[in-house]
Amino acid sequence: MKNIRNFCIIAHIDHGKSTLADRLLQTTHTISDREMMDQVLDDMDLEREKGITIKSHAIQINHKHKGEEYILNLIDTPGHVDFSYEVSRALAACEGALLLVDATQGIQAQTISNLYLAIDNDLEIIPVINKIDMDGAMIEEVKDQIIELIGCKPEEILLASGRTGIGVDAILEAIIDRIPAPKGKEDAPLQALIFDSVFNSFRGIIVYFRIVNGVLKKGDKVKFVSTNQEYEADEVGILKLGLEARKEVKTGDVGYIITGIKNAKEVKVGDTITNALNPTQEIIKGFQEVKPMVFAGIFPVNTDEFEELRDCMDKLQLNDASLTFELETSQALGFGFRCGFLGLLHMEIIQERLEREFNQTVITTVPNVSFIAYTTKGEKIIVNNPSEMPDAVKTDRIEEPFIKAQIITKPEYIGNIMTLCLSKRGILINQSYLTQTRVELVFEMPLTEIVFDFYDKLKSQTRGYASFDYHPIGYREADIVKMDILLNNDKVDALSALIHRGKGQEFGRKLCEKLKELVPRQQFQIAIQAAIGAKILARENISAMRKDVTAKCYGGDISRKRKLLEKQKEGKKRMRQIGNVEVPQEAFLAVLKLDE
Amino acid sequence: MSGIYLHIPFCKQACSYCNFHFTTSLHYKNDLLKALVKETELEKEYLGKEPVETIYFGGGTPSLLSSIEIGSLLEAVYRNFSIDPGAEITLESNPDDITKEKLQGWKSAGINRLSIGVQSFFEEELKWMNRAHNARQAREGLELATTLFNNITMDLIYGSPLLTDEMWKHNVDTAIDLGISHLSCYALTVEERTPLQKMIQLQQRKDVDNDKQARQFLLLMQWLKEKGYEHYEVSNFAKPGYRSRHNSSYWKGASYLGVGPSAHSYNGKERKWNIANNNIYIKSINEGQPKRETEVLTEENKINEHIMISLRTMEGLDLETVNRIWGNLQMKRLEAQLERYIQAGFAIKEHSLVKLTNEGMLRADGIAADLFN
Ligand SMILES: Nc1nc2c(ncn2[C@@H]2O[C@H](COP(=O)(O)OP(=O)(O)OP(=O)(O)O)[C@@H](O)[C@H]2O)c(=O)[nH]1
Ligand code: SF4
Ligand SMILES: [Mg+2]
Repeated sequence: MKNIRNFCIIAHIDHGKSTLADRLLQTTHTISDREMMDQVLDDMDLEREKGITIKSHAIQINHKHKGEEYILNLIDTPGHVDFSYEVSRALAACEGALLLVDATQGIQAQTISNLYLAIDNDLEIIPVINKIDMDGAMIEEVKDQIIELIGCKPEEILLASGRTGIGVDAILEAIIDRIPAPKGKEDAPLQALIFDSVFNSFRGIIVYFRIVNGVLKKGDKVKFVSTNQEYEADEVGILKLGLEARKEVKTGDVGYIITGIKNAKEVKVGDTITNALNPTQEIIKGFQEVKPMVFAGIFPVNTDEFEELRDCMDKLQLNDASLTFELETSQALGFGFRCGFLGLLHMEIIQERLEREFNQTVITTVPNVSFIAYTTKGEKIIVNNPSEMPDAVKTDRIEEPFIKAQIITKPEYIGNIMTLCLSKRGILINQSYLTQTRVELVFEMPLTEIVFDFYDKLKSQTRGYASFDYHPIGYREADIVKMDILLNNDKVDALSALIHRGKGQEFGRKLCEKLKELVPRQQFQIAIQAAIGAKILARENISAMRKDVTAKCYGGDISRKRKLLEKQKEGKKRMRQIGNVEVPQEAFLAVLKLDE
Repeated sequence: MSGIYLHIPFCKQACSYCNFHFTTSLHYKNDLLKALVKETELEKEYLGKEPVETIYFGGGTPSLLSSIEIGSLLEAVYRNFSIDPGAEITLESNPDDITKEKLQGWKSAGINRLSIGVQSFFEEELKWMNRAHNARQAREGLELATTLFNNITMDLIYGSPLLTDEMWKHNVDTAIDLGISHLSCYALTVEERTPLQKMIQLQQRKDVDNDKQARQFLLLMQWLKEKGYEHYEVSNFAKPGYRSRHNSSYWKGASYLGVGPSAHSYNGKERKWNIANNNIYIKSINEGQPKRETEVLTEENKINEHIMISLRTMEGLDLETVNRIWGNLQMKRLEAQLERYIQAGFAIKEHSLVKLTNEGMLRADGIAADLFN
């Protein structure tokens, strides 16, 4: 056990975590040259396409150092704000963390937030300035920033390039020398922390764990403490590029277990695994429940595919413990789920994974944050869905979630950022210079204002020179109203949105215009209206198609024409008919595209 | 009941909007005609024992052929099939090919119906379309034809950028005044890979205006109704007793054999079509292995076609027929889905018959697609 090191790589998005992981795996011959590719641990299609890490990924390295064999369990983590929950679970399985800072970017918002997460978990931090091969590398300046931030000595900071491999040996040495070996008793009853799980259609559910005490052997009778279910360990092993079965996994190590569980509900990330015959008396402190930031409905495009979708959602949740959902019924869309997401990127990824990995065509509806409504009778209602909003006359007041936003930028963009944040109902709390060329601005803002297009606007207002992080700071009273959308005078519940009254007029107008763009011309005229209560705020018309018939239909035209219309019909199947109107999938998310 | 279609793939010049299979070179004409004769022999079993009630020379421009050539093609058809004595035998012809001699020749060869590709009586429009004839030939050819044939149909095109509503009225009135008993009127359609499409892309030609096409179509329906023509299919209008029996058989789902390159055949189960390439066609026919593709229709294809076609006709879609052939569930489904079109005034229902109104005709494709399985 003294030769085991468990560590993760943390950083702001794109600072080069996965690329550095590549070099570590290559230098230690964990992955052969034949298997090697850029960001090899990003093995999901979506990760490769978007060029970002979405899920943490664990892999074991065998490394010889000064004549001794070491086992290094590496966990690569995502950098995007939405996935900080992935980071915090990875941290729980480690004793140390490599904190990467891009030499051309310096310390950014998620550098700081991930660092604090690591400190909270009592991890040994190894600061690394990465990408030093780049022309714009500002090594000395970034060094100062790091010293300022964590209070380390200059010599403790390593310099590296994941691209060229410079500094990789020094990093390996630091991992072995500086990160403590795991503690724990091999002869104690088994105590293992579940930090992740995936669903595999052949093998069922694969559970990833870190052993804190004891040993887990193939064939053992195990118990999952919080669900109180017992299983046999059909297979245990360690994580290489794939799974590698072993007879046993010991204290301090990271591994996997397969028990033939098929039902997603039986596995809870954060739960403790113990031996059923010799159980531990203590459960490991699990993770904080994830708090979803935004809620939106997910519905099957075809109503009869609801059961199938439910099954897929269960499986996807296994791969993504931060996804929450419960049943939702909509007048317009029938049965579906109200889902909680960590942010909009998370929402987009869930939708895409449902489509690609599970072949589900779904409609995602207008996202909103979670409001609290107090009725005149003094009841407190959690509103995760516009339909849960009580009648205006019965409402005493409404509260909305606030966040503290930290924005790090260059001084020349302060003005733009101020304008942007004030337009989003933000309140400036603090402004401080980290160095001469870096400013930190702290705002208090309503969460609902940053959910939609804040991030993109921030980027465009600062030419990308701003990073952003936020934390919830509780609820505050707000004038929130429900905006309804009517298609041909019928209210479409799935298009309703909860917004600040002051933005109603503009929001309604833009939304109607956008819907006009997204809903194709049809056989009938379509009236689109936005309303708050009985008051119509905006209106657009889509005129009916004037002519939709081809002139000729003789012997040779019949097949061709039939195929054409059959294709048209297929296209319609991706739409939902609401009253007279066929509404395409993407129209339900029109709110996210108001400024395009 | 069944029909035979012969495709004559030659034209004098290429009309800008045309996407039919044709060539402007007469180089292989004799070989091609021989191949047509050979194909009628190869396919003589295709229509079974059903008597052939219609024969149709289409193209291309069949009027480029001499009456001797037409005669020998007809002779081959008669040799290999049993032809009803009262068969309708149509020849497509262009006004510039019409002479007294030709007309007499066609008539004695057995042609009893002429389909004349007039398109417009306006010089500038004919030029715009790159038609081979001019306005004077259009008028004179037609007048001449009426002296020898009483069963004449002509084609007119509406909705081109040059055609005003007044011009459109003039075109239709001219046809009516000449006593033409059948009219096929087509909205100018910009087909893929046509010179017209190219020119519109390059902004050398104005694009067609959908609203104008809709308006001219509605006007047309009104005018012809007033003059006693039946609007028996989206693009076809006839005085009582003058409907095209050949085209009607397509819409009734009858069998037909198509002879010649690009021609389609149907026998109630499968549809097949010859390759749209003269050389390969000739070669493959000579080898006794016609080059063609086949499609076997599923029940779903069949009901979809039935919906698509019957809604285009004056007879409409008979829900009882759907019930009989495809069952009650399909009938109920259609009935429910049609409701909103009836509400909107796009269709009317009389007992089990659903017919499109004029406004409905304008949207026949969209409505059909919606009703598909
Ligand atoms: N020049 C140079 N480029 C690098 C280096 N490391 C990474 N990059 C590039 O930086 C980009 C981001 O690299 P990743 O390794 O995917 O970054 P990451 O931190 O894993 O990103 P997330 O997981 O999405 O947070 C890629 O285009 C890499 O090629 C480096 O050392 N030098
Ligand atoms: S004459 Fe007929 S077939 Fe020939 S190019 Fe013109 S429209 Fe096409
Ligand atoms: Mg990464």
